[in-house]
Amino acid sequence: MAAKGVSGTRMAKWLVSGPPLLYLLVFFAAPALIMVLASVRSPGEFGGLAPLVDESGRLDLNTESYVRLFTESVYLQVFVKSAWYALLTTLACLALAYPLATLIAKSPKKHRDLLLLLVILPFWSNFLIRIYAWMIILGPNAALARMVNGVLAWFGAGPVPLLFSAFAVLTCLVYVHLPFMVLPLYANLEKHDQALLDAAQDLGANAWHRFWRITFPLSLPGVYAGSALVFIPALGIFAIPDILGGPDDTLIGNLIKQQFLETRDWPFGSVLSIMLTVAALLLAGIAAWVGRRGAAGAARA
Amino acid sequence: MRRRSSWLWVAALAAYAFLYVPLIIVVVYSFNDSRLNAEWVGFTLDWYRKLAANDDMLAAAGNSLLIAFTASLVSTVLGTMAGVALHRYRLRLLPILVLAPIAIPEILMGVSLLIFFVLLNFTLGLVSVALAHIAFCIGFVAIVVRARLAGMDESLTEAARDCGATPARAFRHVTLPLIMPGVVAGALMAFTLSIDDFVITFFTAGAGTVTLPLLIYSMIKISVTPEVNAVSTLLMLLTLLLIVVAAKLSPTLLRSDRET
Repeated sequence: MAAKGVSGTRMAKWLVSGPPLLYLLVFFAAPALIMVLASVRSPGEFGGLAPLVDESGRLDLNTESYVRLFTESVYLQVFVKSAWYALLTTLACLALAYPLATLIAKSPKKHRDLLLLLVILPFWSNFLIRIYAWMIILGPNAALARMVNGVLAWFGAGPVPLLFSAFAVLTCLVYVHLPFMVLPLYANLEKHDQALLDAAQDLGANAWHRFWRITFPLSLPGVYAGSALVFIPALGIFAIPDILGGPDDTLIGNLIKQQFLETRDWPFGSVLSIMLTVAALLLAGIAAWVGRRGAAGAARA
Repeated sequence: MRRRSSWLWVAALAAYAFLYVPLIIVVVYSFNDSRLNAEWVGFTLDWYRKLAANDDMLAAAGNSLLIAFTASLVSTVLGTMAGVALHRYRLRLLPILVLAPIAIPEILMGVSLLIFFVLLNFTLGLVSVALAHIAFCIGFVAIVVRARLAGMDESLTEAARDCGATPARAFRHVTLPLIMPGVVAGALMAFTLSIDDFVITFFTAGAGTVTLPLLIYSMIKISVTPEVNAVSTLLMLLTLLLIVVAAKLSPTLLRSDRET
């Protein structure tokens, strides 16, 4: 009877977890594995991959695409530029999100859900629509461009285009990633103990000290979590530079898209994708590790 | 203290304005009687009329709805199973496979599925897009369902089992009705994610298949027209409705960070 019960739960376990596991193995793990294999093949004559075994019977396995990535500086420059854009995005999101998350955490409980919902709602509107909105705002005929260029003309400077520029790309990157910073920051700030701040005030610490000595260090786990949630997707973005960027705003995502859809060099595209994955996983790992250490440190303090 | 909190209000209001002004501009200009999205001229519904007469747009909307219905249906079933499995059993592989598609940049899933389908000689189109959407929706449904299970009283299912119900009956008659709000919220989320998805669709749709986001993309690559504003407004209205309902059903949707 007991044995039957055990095998029954084991069967239930497989019945419940088996189908989603199988689906994700086929449509997530297998494609990822195929991409790793594609990265050590040669590009085909008409795109895609070269035959695995050529006429002379030689197996097509090589590391040429990896060598190309690390020897041609133009690709490394794109990686550095992407990381730089992602970093600027993260810092700008942090600056905007901190006061917002603080305010939500300090407001009365009954208002918090609404204030949070207002942060999350724009995230649920279509990604392309949010990019398109900036095309309108930064467009050459729009009020903002006319105002900026009016001021510049006053100082005798020539008109500058706002659209199709690094400025447009960064603004939109910050715009679409802001909610990812607010949520973990809020989740952290909400747990802070007001008594600590009151005690510091009683001991004579001014607002500036209270913030930098208490609130900010305690909020670091939230800062790290939010930074990872912003930095990682920002690193791999392609639609924003594709639509709002100029010719100098090519990021890793654009390079990957180019390799798969235009040049049709799959092995090299795969190498770029794998490097992006490695970078993303590494960063996620570091953020989790630092976050845990930070949390442990805060608990000790 | 007062001074500090009024400073906070200004900064927070600026952040809210940053989040909403762009979307409001899109909506307002969809009613603007001017081809240029530059200044307000007068009220019109012309762009919506043009939309209704645009066959490409209607075909794309049809494709998007068909894919979203299929993808949300299948991913809700698989995602619910995954959510229950994650809650009840200690598994090694499934948690990684469920969360990874959410954690990595979207483009990676798009290009790897592109190679996968092409190497298998699988024709790119509605079916490949739906299969791809299911893969990334499963995780979102699983998270919502697991959060619901975590907040549930497990003793109810145990009581049903003690009364002699088989695991299947206990699940169908006790657990499932209790987690239903989470399941429905997950389904609505999956529908929204699918109908809005651009990046993964872009790589898995092939040349002949157009969804609403793909059509919007090709339109804004050429020029900015108020017709895009009109279709954007309608799409935003739809997703707003779905998400508000989902959030009502599953308040944890807003507090996922606090629950996990």
